[in-house]
Amino acid sequence: MPDNQLDAVFGALADPTRRAILARLAEGDASVLELTAPFNVSQPAISKHLRVLESAGLISRSRKATTRLSHLEADPLRKATEWLVSYREYWEESHERLDALLAALQVQPKAERKPR
Amino acid sequence: MTKTQIDAPAGVPFIDITREFDAPRDLVFKAYSDPELIVQWLGPRKYKMTLDAWDVRDGGTWRYTHSDDEGHAFGFHGVFHGDQTPDHMVQTFEFEGWPGHVSLESITFEDRGGTTVIHNHSTYQSVADRDGMIESGMEEGMNDGFDRLDELLATLRQPVA
Repeated sequence: MPDNQLDAVFGALADPTRRAILARLAEGDASVLELTAPFNVSQPAISKHLRVLESAGLISRSRKATTRLSHLEADPLRKATEWLVSYREYWEESHERLDALLAALQVQPKAERKPR
Repeated sequence: MTKTQIDAPAGVPFIDITREFDAPRDLVFKAYSDPELIVQWLGPRKYKMTLDAWDVRDGGTWRYTHSDDEGHAFGFHGVFHGDQTPDHMVQTFEFEGWPGHVSLESITFEDRGGTTVIHNHSTYQSVADRDGMIESGMEEGMNDGFDRLDELLATLRQPVA
């Protein structure tokens, strides 16, 4: 994935409304009207968010009769977040491994252990 | 042992990681600064860590790669700044998948009389960079929309059947 697309994806994901839109689209395609309903923002504001998501490659839009449907493009989202979503996991698991390593390095068992 | 605590306060480009270890300060610092030890714990178990450089001194560079069985490889690199001690371990950090978005990592090792608490303070260039790195405010546990997206992402990360 080119850097500028990755930037666009992260930029798109940095906004809570856009994340909520993506979460809604994970349940199925939706029109602008359907996407506007849960939010306390105007339809033009939602349309603007959709344009940001579209240019980041996170959604595609198609026309069905007079309605424009938004569709989640899962692949770029998965690619962009393949590594980064696991930030917490990364550190928790590293620290658990470090616990084990530190225990192994301490050959002398501790006589006194503080309760925790 | 205490759980890893990750704080990413709203509006400022910081991430603070705190964790207590049941070992003396010098040993915990050694586990962070000795290249032979760091490869034994840094990163999730599913990744193989390859250390190209871990030159723990002022101006020394570091680089490592985490790779998985499917051929994905993730590179990281940076530079150590100043004398590296348990009171001052400072380095730049850059994920090679997202070049130019560099953070400054400052780690201190606090002696708690037998146990050690590490404090890892990361400063990003902007809140957007910080949020990009931790997937946009995950630690604030904010809105429902995000929780659902989190679940979605978890699903997406499963191999396609």
